[in-house]
Order: sequence, then structure tokens, then C-alpha cells
Amino acid sequence: MSRFLKTLLIAGLLASPAAAGKLNLGRAALPAEVAAWNIDVRPDGQGLPAGSGSVIDGEELFTDQCAACHGDFGEAVGRWPALAGGHDTLAEERPVKTIGSYWPYLSTAYDYIFRAMPYGDAQSLTPDEVYQLVAYILYLNDAVDEDFILNKENFTSIALPNTGSFRLDDRDNTEYPAFSRGVCMTDCKPSVQITGRAIKDTASNTESE
Amino acid sequence: MSDKTSRRNFIKAGMAASAGLAGTGARAEGDPLITNVQPWAQELGDGVNHMPYGAPSPYESDTIRRTVPWLTADSVSAINFTPIHQLDGIITPNSVCFERHHGGVARYDPADHRLMINGLVEQELIFTMQDLMRFPRENHVYFMECSANSGMEWRGPQMDGVQYTHGMIHNVMYTGIPLRLLLEEAGVKTAGTWLLAEGADSSGLTRSIPMEKALDDCLVAFKMNGEALRPENGYPLRLVVPGWEGVTWIKWLRRLEIGDRPWHQREETSKYTDLMADGTSRRFTWEMDAKSVITSPSPQMPITHGPGQTVITGLAWSGHGTIPQVDITLDGGVNWHKARIDGLSLDKSLHRFYYDFVWDGKPLLLQSRAHDSTGYIQPTKDALRKLRGLSSTYHNNGIQTWAVNAEGITDNVEIS
Repeated sequence: MSRFLKTLLIAGLLASPAAAGKLNLGRAALPAEVAAWNIDVRPDGQGLPAGSGSVIDGEELFTDQCAACHGDFGEAVGRWPALAGGHDTLAEERPVKTIGSYWPYLSTAYDYIFRAMPYGDAQSLTPDEVYQLVAYILYLNDAVDEDFILNKENFTSIALPNTGSFRLDDRDNTEYPAFSRGVCMTDCKPSVQITGRAIKDTASNTESE
Repeated sequence: MSDKTSRRNFIKAGMAASAGLAGTGARAEGDPLITNVQPWAQELGDGVNHMPYGAPSPYESDTIRRTVPWLTADSVSAINFTPIHQLDGIITPNSVCFERHHGGVARYDPADHRLMINGLVEQELIFTMQDLMRFPRENHVYFMECSANSGMEWRGPQMDGVQYTHGMIHNVMYTGIPLRLLLEEAGVKTAGTWLLAEGADSSGLTRSIPMEKALDDCLVAFKMNGEALRPENGYPLRLVVPGWEGVTWIKWLRRLEIGDRPWHQREETSKYTDLMADGTSRRFTWEMDAKSVITSPSPQMPITHGPGQTVITGLAWSGHGTIPQVDITLDGGVNWHKARIDGLSLDKSLHRFYYDFVWDGKPLLLQSRAHDSTGYIQPTKDALRKLRGLSSTYHNNGIQTWAVNAEGITDNVEIS
């Protein structure tokens, strides 16, 4: 290593905030506090509370609390998200991404419904109510029968169809080498045509597409 | 003289001046803005505390965030855009940093804010803002770009302005605590390889971040450009995840959980995943690849001065490092010229470029092309479409084309 680099490294270490052990700031979190905020649920079921809910009860609750935006059958109202349908559309020109057609894990639905729904009244549902809604959404996606009851115990046995279609970011292999090959600076193409043009004032138009 | 009279004089003088300059040159009697004593040169102006918290000149009232109502279901879980066409340099003023909320702006007293660290740590901890102010701090300038920036352009040119095509970005100096120091305070257990960051807003927004990134360069920030974070940017506390898509920069940061695998939350599965043409999807596409755009001329910034000396300017950035080179073409990519990068060249920050030239008044097809410090070169939109299809929504960093006609009017186009 050059002396210059060594000096730089030492200077860098001295200049950045010291990591010399604990600073003794903050206080211990109490179990009740952690329990109140630790609401996340993972695909392996970690974080699921005790409880259960039926499709039948879910239908009533959904009609009451969710249908105004998501539609009676999860088909969506206006630009709110659709929750059901869209199966086998992902490779089509206009893919429909729903819990049934796109979401890889059911735990995400449980987590998100409790965390953020109903819109504007977050964290107001009981565990049983969240199980009911998730059960009903499964039913809307033809994943379970109408007499199905979802609970903490059978939750992780439900697999969603699109789970296997996700892969980790592969741009390192599929894109970066191809986009790191140098550039042409002069006489790079024989001619140029305009192939498309945005419509004027798109941003203020009330509709698009 | 009353305010009304002085304003009338001002308008009169302005009209006379434009009339004088519209001809071949100043009239013999000279520019009245110069030959007449102007009210602002004669009368006293406002006193020092006229505006205890300052605001731009009323003549700049057009430099504002703008939204596109049809993009989202309502105006709460929605987005607006930074007026990048009207800004210069690299720092985005706090008042015009774009906003993206999933459950609206959480507004509360910082005295009521708590940050919890829980999960796979030696000691689960709670911090108040007062506790956090006692940690060592750092300052860094970073761009923050929503991965849906330019997402409306995947299927072809759509938005009529660079504010809308590229305005989901801002560049700010953050003051904050290295996340590493907070994690060291709690003591991450060996099995702790992932971190879940959670917001205190009504969307409880969450993202999984690998420990390697958390320990590398993330900040828990409380200031932007020297002053407290704005409520719409996460006041009093937000996560800063340099170079990574904006949705990972959790606002109103209330909790950091340590775990041994990702959580697969809604904003990293159903959203912010990249659907490919074959129906498969990429997930955890964190880094924002190199990108650039000409901010002026652009559809909202036509050339109004006619032929002659002209400034082309724009922004370039990369989530992988710095921008050593930006190329400009005036003829749709037949010939390219190196632009002049001016001012600070910082890691994972916006870079400002200029190309000064004499416009002959003929139509132009303008593009910019960024090179980043890894050797990556900004691709064309078609090159991205070839690899990903048309339904990716996110991570569109393709080259933008503006068509300038002989009148200087500028359109968003695509070219062969």
C-alpha cells in the first residue's frame, strides 16, 4: 500500500465518528413496548398472532370496510388496487397484479392489512378480523372454499401461485456488462427519425392512456 | 408612495423596457429602467424582520412542486414532482423536494417521537430525539430518487415536462447519525443479517435492508440542508439509504428490527418489484442506476431567445458512485460532445452539467448520456425495453430525448 493511501486511511479513521464501544444512550425497551410495535409478519409465520377467521365472516367485514375502494369482489373501484383476479396476465400487455396473481407471500397481506388498513383507520382491526379478511381475499382468488377458516396454525400451509416467479436482482449479470462497453462519439448512426411524441399538457389532463 | 403606485410604475417601466428591447436595440433615449430612477432605488424597502422565515420572490411563484391527479387513486397516497426545470446547481431547496406519501404526512411533536431497536440484539432499546442528539453526527449530500421516476415513460413518451418525467428526485445535505452507531449501541447478534425499518405514519411503511448496507453508509437523519427535516420528508427522523430507491428511505422512522431474513413487506413484493416481459419479476432491485436528463431546454423551458449563444443544462447521478462524464447530442445521437460538469462531484449525489453552444435556429434533437464511476453508461430506453419489456414500472434510467423546433418549442419525443 502506498504511503499516500495509508495516510488517507488513517485520516479517514480519525475523521469519522469513533466506534469505541457503547455510548450508553437510550434506555432498555420494555416487553410491552416491543409487543405493541412489533407487528410485522414474515412468510415463515413469525409475528402471526393467535386467532382465526372464516370466509363467511370475512365477506361481511369486507363489504363493510373494504369494498368502497376495492370493490365487492376485490375487482377495485377507480384507481384503487384490485385484490383478486388477474391470473395468467403477468406476461400480457396489461398485467393485472393482485394478491392472487402477483403477491408472492400471504403473510404480506396479513401484515399490510393490520398495519395500514382500512385506509385512514390503520391498526384498528383485531387479529380475528384480519384473519377473516385474508380468508375472504383467498376465497375471492379461488384459492379456498367458502367454508374455509384461516388461523395461525394453517396460515403457512397456504401458498400463493406466483411465489416462484420472483428472483433476486440480476442486473449485475444481465445488464451492467452490456451497458459498460464504451460509447460512439461521432457519426454514430446514418439517420434519425422521431418515432413518438408526448401529447401536450398530459400532466394536467384528467385522464390518460 | 403607496405599494399600489409603486407596482403600477414598475409595470409601466417593465412594459416600456420590453418595447424598447424588442426592436433592433435600445432606443436613442435609452432604457427607462436605467434612465428613470426606479421606486426600489428611491424608497426604503422592508425591514429586517419583515419575514422571519424567508420565502422566494413572488416573481418565482411558478417554481413549485406539481402533481398529476390521474396518476393515483387519491391525493393522500400520492406523489408530486420537484421543479427540476427551474432549479440550478445540485442542491434541492427543502420547500420543493418532491413528496411521496403512502398514508399522508404524519404531523406530531418531536417530543412524542420514539425510535425502537428490537429483535436480534443484545439489548432492545428506546431513544427519544433528545437521546439521538447526543450521538456523533455526519453530513452527506445524497440524491434520493423514487424508483418509479420516469416510470410513466416505459411504453413511450407520455409526460409533457421534465418535472413530470424526471422530477421524483431531490438532492439534499443530510445531518444524521451513522446507522452503524445506533446498531452498535444495541449490539447486533451474529444471526442478525437483515434490518426492517418502519415508519410511524398511518401506512407504517416498512422495508427490509440487508445488514451489510445498514452498517455501510446509512444515516438516521434529522436535518436536511441545515434545518430540521420538513414534515413531508419525515420530520423528525428519517432513514437515508444512499444510492438506493427512495422507498427504502423510511420517513418518520420509529423502529429498526433486526432479523435473520427479509420480511417481504408490501412495498417490496406487490410494489417496487420489476415485472419482466416473461411474467417473472426481479425483487430487491435497490440501486438506482446511472441516469441523466437535460432540464433546460425542456418542454416547460422552451428556448425563448432565438438563435445565438445558448445554455443547455441538466442533471446526472448514479447510485453506484460519481459521474465523471456526461455526453450531449444536438442531432439525436449522430454526434456527441462532452458536457462540462460544474461544481461538486460527490458520491451518490446529483451532478450539474452544462453545454454552451451557438444555436443556429434549426431544430434540435437533444439527449444527454451519463457515465458513472464504475464504467456503466446510461442506456437507451429501447435497450432497457429489450431486456425488461414494457411492464417494469420501476428503474427506467433510459436516455431522454427532447425535440426543439425552430421556434424553440420543446417536446418529449422518442427517436430511432
